[in-house]
Amino acid sequence: MLRRIFSYMGKYKKYALLAILCVTAESLFELIVPLIMADLIDVGVVNGDRHYIYMKGGQMVICALLALFLGIGSSRFSALAGQGLGAELRKAEYESLQGFSFANIDHFRVSSIVTRLTSDVTNIQNSVSTGLRPFCRGPVMLVAATAVAFSINGKLALVFFVALPILAVLLFSIVSHVQPLYTKMQTAIDLVNRIIQENLTAIRVVKAYVKGEYETEKFDEVNRNLKTQSEKAFRLAALNMPAMQIVMYGTILSLIWFGGRMIQVGGMQVGELTGFLSYVMQILNSLMMISNVFLMMTRSMASGSRILEIIDEKVDITDREAEDHEVERGEVEFDHVYFQYRKDAPEYILSDVSLKIPAGSTFGIIGQTGSAKSTMIQLIPRLYDATKGEVRIDGIPVKKYKVEHLRDAIAVVLQKNTLFSGTLIENLRWGKEDATMEEIEQACRIACADEFIDRLADGYETEMGQGGVNVSGGQKQRLCIARAILKRPKVLILDDSTSAVDTATEAKIRTMLKEELPEMTKIIIAQRISSVRHADQILILDDGKVSDIGTHEELLERNEIYQEIYESQKEGAEL
Amino acid sequence: MARYLGYKRPRDLKRTMGHLMHYLGGHKWMFLLVAVLVLISTGANILGTYLLKPVINEFILPGDVKGLLTAVAGMAVLYLCGVAATFGYNQLMVITAQKVIKEIRQDLFAHVQKLPLKYYDAHTHGELMSRFTNDVDTVQEAMNSSFAMLIQSFLMLAGTITMMLVLSVRLTLIVVVFLLLMAAFIKFNGSRSRKYFTRQQEEIGKINGFVEEMAAGQKVEKVFNHEKADFKKFCEMNENLRRESTNALTFAGMMVPTIVSLSFVNYAVSACVGGLFALSGLLDIGSLSSYLVYVRQSAMPMNQFTQQVNFLLAALSGAERIFQMMEEEPEIDEGTITLCNVRREGDVLVECEEKTGEYAWREEKEDQVVLTPLKGDVRFDNVVFSYVPNKRILNGISLYAKPGQKIAFVGSTGAGKTTIVNLINRFYEIESGMITYDGIDIRKIRKDDLRRSLAMVIQDTHLFTGTIADNIRYGDQEITDEEVRDAARIANADSFIRKLPKGYDTMLYGDGSNLSQGQRQLLSIARAAAVKPPVLVLDEATSSIDTRTERLIEKGMDAIMEGRTVFVIAHRLSTVRNSKAIMVLEKGEIVERGNHEELLEQKGRYYQLYTGQFELE
Repeated sequence: MLRRIFSYMGKYKKYALLAILCVTAESLFELIVPLIMADLIDVGVVNGDRHYIYMKGGQMVICALLALFLGIGSSRFSALAGQGLGAELRKAEYESLQGFSFANIDHFRVSSIVTRLTSDVTNIQNSVSTGLRPFCRGPVMLVAATAVAFSINGKLALVFFVALPILAVLLFSIVSHVQPLYTKMQTAIDLVNRIIQENLTAIRVVKAYVKGEYETEKFDEVNRNLKTQSEKAFRLAALNMPAMQIVMYGTILSLIWFGGRMIQVGGMQVGELTGFLSYVMQILNSLMMISNVFLMMTRSMASGSRILEIIDEKVDITDREAEDHEVERGEVEFDHVYFQYRKDAPEYILSDVSLKIPAGSTFGIIGQTGSAKSTMIQLIPRLYDATKGEVRIDGIPVKKYKVEHLRDAIAVVLQKNTLFSGTLIENLRWGKEDATMEEIEQACRIACADEFIDRLADGYETEMGQGGVNVSGGQKQRLCIARAILKRPKVLILDDSTSAVDTATEAKIRTMLKEELPEMTKIIIAQRISSVRHADQILILDDGKVSDIGTHEELLERNEIYQEIYESQKEGAEL
Repeated sequence: MARYLGYKRPRDLKRTMGHLMHYLGGHKWMFLLVAVLVLISTGANILGTYLLKPVINEFILPGDVKGLLTAVAGMAVLYLCGVAATFGYNQLMVITAQKVIKEIRQDLFAHVQKLPLKYYDAHTHGELMSRFTNDVDTVQEAMNSSFAMLIQSFLMLAGTITMMLVLSVRLTLIVVVFLLLMAAFIKFNGSRSRKYFTRQQEEIGKINGFVEEMAAGQKVEKVFNHEKADFKKFCEMNENLRRESTNALTFAGMMVPTIVSLSFVNYAVSACVGGLFALSGLLDIGSLSSYLVYVRQSAMPMNQFTQQVNFLLAALSGAERIFQMMEEEPEIDEGTITLCNVRREGDVLVECEEKTGEYAWREEKEDQVVLTPLKGDVRFDNVVFSYVPNKRILNGISLYAKPGQKIAFVGSTGAGKTTIVNLINRFYEIESGMITYDGIDIRKIRKDDLRRSLAMVIQDTHLFTGTIADNIRYGDQEITDEEVRDAARIANADSFIRKLPKGYDTMLYGDGSNLSQGQRQLLSIARAAAVKPPVLVLDEATSSIDTRTERLIEKGMDAIMEGRTVFVIAHRLSTVRNSKAIMVLEKGEIVERGNHEELLEQKGRYYQLYTGQFELE
């Protein structure tokens, strides 16, 4: 897994190599300096050679400067490598995320996706940026010091053969136990984030129901859970330090004992023992560094697998069967279409829907709440794929179009409108990146958005705020319609997108659409009969099944549901 | 938002530290204990090294095996104490750190609850969320290890310097000069990298906001084939983050090697000067070499110290952003009048505990409790309001809602209908004029009680993760299962809920994404109906519900709201038609008022709106 994570380093790999080089060279200098020092004292001071002292002092300063240079280099390069890796990982995740279907998103939940893109990546990049140095220095120091230790006294060095396995076992058991704890901790973080995210989005509901305290209590629960989980993980990880110390002290004591005995027997000099001890300290210190890096890596592994889960998630809707087609006319056809959101659901949401919408016609859909109107039209631009049966445009199954082409040709104004932070015009340009001001103004005129845009103080430059909080519901809907028209689509789908627009304006939009864009196929989902009564055909959807299709007059005559709806809206209209 | 992020207020380190101390202060005994344990642990380490010389001289050289054994055993005990202390402070530190972090998170959350809606309008959710996650993380990271390490390195440094002073005061001066130099460098470089750390945290916040918004609005992104453009934008932000964090870590990473090199130079200078001293007989060689050992040793704690400084710097940037949010002004609430349940005894109202379905405003006036019955009499007197200064939304609105009636607001989009109800429950503060509720200025009513007296079904439906039943009883946890079902029946949601695989126990995820928009509205209505509120506000509550179902809901609602005030906002005139009073709003002003028939007779704006719907009738 580590290899896969690191494979994302790409163009930053060279920096990683440079950083390793710098760190290694730097630690060599660190080993050389004491040797020069020894010369300075043993030769220079003992012989009283001032010149020699100055020379050696100068050499040391040069070494120090070189080490400084290398050190700065290593920190720059490891920062570049680590943060570069992080950026690449985020990019890969985001790219994969864009392919996600809604089933995929539901699988992870938005808040968890956000955590995986931010704090999980931060974990990894920081362990690279800060871990690289000890990770390289540790082994260099270890090897050098061990070599010296052996050269001083091979027999005494055998102590290592006991100490090192013990240390390895301790470290391994800590790391292997702490890994699942880190995973649990990360899950607990997700939970906390979910509550925060939900709370932030629904803050109006929370405030309206005076549930601030209740939410805080709810948060307290998950927060406590997170605390418990992270305490468990960190406490175990914190055992690393005392474990290291036990081994270190044990080694020192054995060395004093065995070394002392050896001296007493006469197999060793006192100077050798003290020298030996100081190298042992160095060895154990570098081991400590390495073990810290290990722990850091364990934590990154937990994050790494979460990141890879996003990157590896199988995307449902792909261009696998696509051929080179363009939508020409915009004729829509449903052929015995069945649909369900989950494969294990007991019932179909849509069952056996068959119908044909001729190009350029207006098609109305009406039906009770929950009768799957929105679901049905979302099959057309392949926001979902039909479970059984086929949706065709111009006689070609939608799967045979490239998703990009398909969605370019079909504009949907979703029921749950979303505007994004940015200015009004930036939002409109979603429809067409390079739209001219005339095109934009025309689209706004058709959608009847021009009248209120003129009234806004900043006009087209008005800041929308997240979700478009700065305009009212009806204004939002009209902007969304304008945004869709700007695409010049072959098929325009309005999913209850004029519900917050007053009837007079709605009628105006309808007329404008008909007059200005006669070639476009228009599919309109609505609650109000008045919104669809002029349509060429009206579909009555009842509990996911086609109840009837016909014109307003036909349906009024023969369809009971339609009559009921009509009555419920007409009552007051009798003046 | 962009404006907000671009703007940087002068960072006040002292204030951040002050806030932090407030949290740490509660655990000062814990920190003291940690400090003592660190002292023991470090002491054992230093003492052990120090003991080496006497052990060699007294036991090893004379060949005293038994003595050596005793000495080793003694050292073992010393070391065990050290290990125990190390274990202790590490565990304690983790526990304390987690406690503090939990408290910070908790307080932050509680504070966020109190922020006015204006604040939310100006920030993306993801950006706010980032403070809970990324910024809190940095503080946690630092607390887990830094505190103990800092004490430790400080102790070691102090110890070594003392030893050096004993050996040669004059030589020690050189070391002190270098230490000061290092400290100056740390300070200089620290402020530089802190700047980048702060920028890094800001960039993370931006990315967080962006990803959150995109993941939530993904359908729109797909429908518009906007993936590429968004990806470009993301890459830009990603690159910014990379640049800032690379800078932050470069400067932070520079500290250690620089300090190491400086200590080499220090070492070299000390050696040269020491050598010269030795030559001129000011110092013997033995003292010189052990002095140099100490110089070398002093580099270690300095090094360690610097490393921790990095964590601390990142943490300070995080903490600053956290506390900045905590310093945001909460909603103002100067109200003192509360809501209470009352019972009628003859003509007199008596305050009581149990729910009677009758409420009163409770005001304490000079030891006297005055009860005003809650009727739902809402008056606007010349109310002026704007979200942004100088852009008037409501222009001197005066209105009077007769209690116990259904009052409707109609008008074209953007006329200010939603704004009016947002003012009644004080989501926003009015600029001038007055709003009274049963004759009381709403500013005198405690906000919580004011809002409790109004059940709102707002335009944007929001559901929470949990079962359907949990969502319906959101307003009051004590609502029974029976009442939940009743509410669902009133809202006409019962039939679809029953059809779900687990009925009322079906889990909703991610804002109820597995339900249709209409079904979500039905649940929002059920949620409001379940609390049996004194006053009900329906803001486009049935816009995605078919008219047949709406009819049924209306009947159910009329039954429970009998004699209570209901505010209805709708575009669909069939929704408002049977209201007692209808206000027609136009550009922030009321242009017509009256009941349906009266308004039709006037043949004014209402007539136009109304006939627009059935223009061909």
